[in-house]
Amino acid sequence: MNLYEQQAVNRRRTWLVMAVFVALAAFVGVGVDLFVIGGGQAYVPVGTTAALALSGGQAYWSLRRGDRAVLMSSGAAPVEDRMRAALSDDDRLRYRQFTNIVEEMAIAGGVPAPRAYVIPDDDPNAFATGRDPAHASIAVTEGLLRSLNRGELQGVVAHEMAHIRNLDIRLMTVVAALLGMIVLLADWAGRAMRSGVGRGGSRRSKNGGGAAAIVLVIWLLAIVLAPLVARLMALAVSRRREYLADATGAELTRNPIGLARALEKIEAAVAPTKAIKRGTAHLCISDPLGSKMAAREGRWADLWATHPPMHRRIAALKAMAYER
Amino acid sequence: MTFYIVLGLAVVLVLWTIAVYNRLVNLRNQTTNGWKQIDVQLKRRHDLIPNLVATVKGAMEFERETLTAVMDARARAMAAAGPAEAGRREGELTQALGRLFAVAENYPQLRATENVKMLQEELAGTENKIGFARQFYNDIATKYNTARETFPAVLASGALGFKPAELFEITEAAERQVPAVDLSMKRG
Repeated sequence: MNLYEQQAVNRRRTWLVMAVFVALAAFVGVGVDLFVIGGGQAYVPVGTTAALALSGGQAYWSLRRGDRAVLMSSGAAPVEDRMRAALSDDDRLRYRQFTNIVEEMAIAGGVPAPRAYVIPDDDPNAFATGRDPAHASIAVTEGLLRSLNRGELQGVVAHEMAHIRNLDIRLMTVVAALLGMIVLLADWAGRAMRSGVGRGGSRRSKNGGGAAAIVLVIWLLAIVLAPLVARLMALAVSRRREYLADATGAELTRNPIGLARALEKIEAAVAPTKAIKRGTAHLCISDPLGSKMAAREGRWADLWATHPPMHRRIAALKAMAYER
Repeated sequence: MTFYIVLGLAVVLVLWTIAVYNRLVNLRNQTTNGWKQIDVQLKRRHDLIPNLVATVKGAMEFERETLTAVMDARARAMAAAGPAEAGRREGELTQALGRLFAVAENYPQLRATENVKMLQEELAGTENKIGFARQFYNDIATKYNTARETFPAVLASGALGFKPAELFEITEAAERQVPAVDLSMKRG
């Protein structure tokens, strides 16, 4: 796949995710209308309308402002702010080096320089977010800046630049912003069910609809499974993209070993990245939850890990270096 | 009947020429832009050097020659005309800077100065930016050249006035042999 195909695929998938999200919300809304408010012959679909409006607005918001939500949830601050607040010259030098590297990689990738953010966390990790290369941000943890040398940091930034360039960030950011919303929505519907099922239930038995019972079961299943499906989607989207971003990153720096060494160091630091929340895990260069899944293999682990096994990524990068 | 066939072929030919033309113009503009990016970074390096020299001058009083060599190389690079000469002069400037940093290794108090470290990082960053700008230029220029020279676009590209883009190459055998100077200030 060349760059434009990757971008097209990501644009398409972003739309698909938003559409699925709105459809899911509408389904929940219909259920609320039928079973909670009560499905009479002539009723105003309050739940459906509200769910559609809310989810539509939410989907739009996730595309336009999702990156800020993601950055804020991780406590990232613009590197300029950190620079001004820096106490030691060493810190200032590190921040300067980081912004220089971001500019270098933007030049190598032929995209505008993204905004640089620093996350106050000692575990080495990094992610990129935004809706397109002109509205993109790269965030790295304090620990990453401290533990990597220039070449390794360059590799990591190049990896993130690859995500920016092929629009992975758009899909990831929308998924991250909507993922939180789906979980919230399911919670809300679940609560509405528990408090309102008695009322709706008695009405339903009066109407005696066998079909309605089936819809109710499907609806309940959907509520239970929605967060799970959303999570699986985020996972599947993320894993395959990591190899590709590793390869493109190596193409930008022409130095696969830099990223390979960086990944080794990141892997060696086993502590979880506390600043990065569960909902944004799939954006990161390595699994911030520090779960053992990243090291495991097999179908089950493959299904649940947000990232491919680190040793395989490192091996792939090293193979690139030897071939040259 | 024959008339319509000829007309149809003519329309296809015109549409195809338009498509080829637009694609090549797009790539050529990107190539030109890539070239300008290199200039931007080169200018930045020229602007940084006087700062560096001013900062290290006091501590490196004995290395007057090295400092003069850097300033002279900078002046020559700025005065260079044409891409070929510019490439050569910039290469010489890179070497002069490399020597300056090599000599600076003998002055530990200088290396410890925060100002110098920062300037060193700035220069390292600029060197990299120049390198990556060239890399990007070469990539996009190769893309343009390939689009220009592959069949069937090659049938039209010459007539439409698209000239091949020149690639950046290391012309000097000496420059090729010089090992890369590591300005990266390795950190554990």
